[in-house]
Amino acid sequence: MKILVTVTEIAEADDEFEIDGLSIDDRYLTYDLNEWDDYAIEEAVQVSEAGDDVEVVTATIGPERAEETIRQGLAKGADRAVRVWDDALADVDLLDSATKARLLAAVAREEEPDLILSGVQSADAAFAATGVAMAAELGYEWAAVVNQLDLDEDAGVANVHRELEGGVEELTAVELPAVFTIQTGINEPRYASLRGIRQAQSKPLDVMTPDELGVDRGESALALTSLEEPETESDATYFEGSVDETAAQLAELLHEKGVGA
Amino acid sequence: MSDVLAVTEHRQGELRDVSFEVTTAGRQLADATGGELALAVIGGDVDAYAGQLDVEGVDAVYTVAEGDEFNHDVYTQAIEALADDLDPQYVVAPHTVNGLDYAPAVAQHLAVPLVTDVIEFDASGGLAVTRELYGGKTEAGIDVEGDRAMVTIRPGEWEPAGGDGDARVEAFDADIDDDAVRSTVSGFEAVGAGDVDISEAEVLVSVGRGIEEEDNLDIIFELADALDATVSASRPIVDNEWLPQDRQVGQSGKTVTPEVYIAIGISGAVQHVAGMKGSETIVAINNDPSAPIYDIADYGIVNDLFDVVPALTEQFQ
Repeated sequence: MKILVTVTEIAEADDEFEIDGLSIDDRYLTYDLNEWDDYAIEEAVQVSEAGDDVEVVTATIGPERAEETIRQGLAKGADRAVRVWDDALADVDLLDSATKARLLAAVAREEEPDLILSGVQSADAAFAATGVAMAAELGYEWAAVVNQLDLDEDAGVANVHRELEGGVEELTAVELPAVFTIQTGINEPRYASLRGIRQAQSKPLDVMTPDELGVDRGESALALTSLEEPETESDATYFEGSVDETAAQLAELLHEKGVGA
Repeated sequence: MSDVLAVTEHRQGELRDVSFEVTTAGRQLADATGGELALAVIGGDVDAYAGQLDVEGVDAVYTVAEGDEFNHDVYTQAIEALADDLDPQYVVAPHTVNGLDYAPAVAQHLAVPLVTDVIEFDASGGLAVTRELYGGKTEAGIDVEGDRAMVTIRPGEWEPAGGDGDARVEAFDADIDDDAVRSTVSGFEAVGAGDVDISEAEVLVSVGRGIEEEDNLDIIFELADALDATVSASRPIVDNEWLPQDRQVGQSGKTVTPEVYIAIGISGAVQHVAGMKGSETIVAINNDPSAPIYDIADYGIVNDLFDVVPALTEQFQ
């Protein structure tokens, strides 16, 4: 069995930042593995640990910088990684989900996995669309926002829970092969062990261009035209002073509201 | 091709509120294109739903009677068949868990651009949308290339449509291919039926990622004890299994409306705010002055929660 996990490196902005043109100034950005993808990797690794002969491959679209992030997945137990990149992609302000889906589907066509896991969304762009778009591109079945996954390989199905709004889960049986977008909380992602981190350095990390994958890079249908910090709409009353002074003011307010009486 | 198709949503026998929000958004687009607004209602008691959806601004409601509950294989086929028939310029869907289970597939099959989680748009000359980037820290203006598009809208951003309509209601035969329905919904489960019901609490002390470590929850429980309050949490705390799921406030957790909601170390992501904005008085304790929680807070202390929380507890001892 082979599981493909699509992962992405996200850019997280500091609390205070400056915007430079159509992006946040790089000085205020920290790059890391997307939180949702961390859960997707963990889910795949748990399946591989529970079964015989399960290979876990990660696929990402990203520049060379992303390799450090990709190694995190390898350190946590993925067997190898594929990175798709074309320098022309660096000039695209905002990659749409269809383009990402087409590139990642090209990797899937090479790898022919039985199961594809992706995070529900990326923490930065948060389109929440690439996984399902990839399923449509491949003709795989799918389920979005999965927070429980039980594989029944003999029956060729996965029984999943989808996390709906309002504390309700939908129970669904999905035919394999399939793409599942994984919700946070589905498992407890491990920390990479020192041994894992060492081993990750020697695990294969292949770099492919869209050309080599036999796929047209295409054009993003989305063009970024502006980027700004939303104006704060706060009309809160702020308690000012020392810690004890502010605590006393808040306590007075709470007393007025009948709290703790 | 100037028409707009908006897809409604229902669950367990009831239309969801967001159905009336996509109606408003759809009308806004149709006014800009000069076309008609058609709604799609798929599955369940479609005739009853169509009656409820006949509100001001709707030109047509297409019903697809297929199954009781949401199934994405049925939805994708039905929406694609409707799109083939109606040739809409824009398809609007809600940015909900179910919306994002079909919208990307429909857009891919129809070969139209998709832009999701939109909070504002302008279709007066092509489609320009506003949506957040960088985890809600920025708002981006985005032009969608091409003549057509599919859009998912963020719940709670458009007013729900109301009033009396005079829409045509038409049963639509989507000719669903059962062989292409490769997933089966077998039921629903309510999560986290514990002994604490946070939605009944009058005072909530709510804790978020800022608490950093599980052991630090002690100071939160000490404050809650002193205030005779109940402890709730934002998503990361529950994901880490530091508190059970039934303590989670937000879109995927519970909606709460206490007299007093004290948000501690909670940034105030839109999914969290959706579950607590109806609270009578909101107090935020967070050391980041630009945290979005302050946008809806009535009172705030911008300082380190590890200093403020014990000091506050002391005031009540």
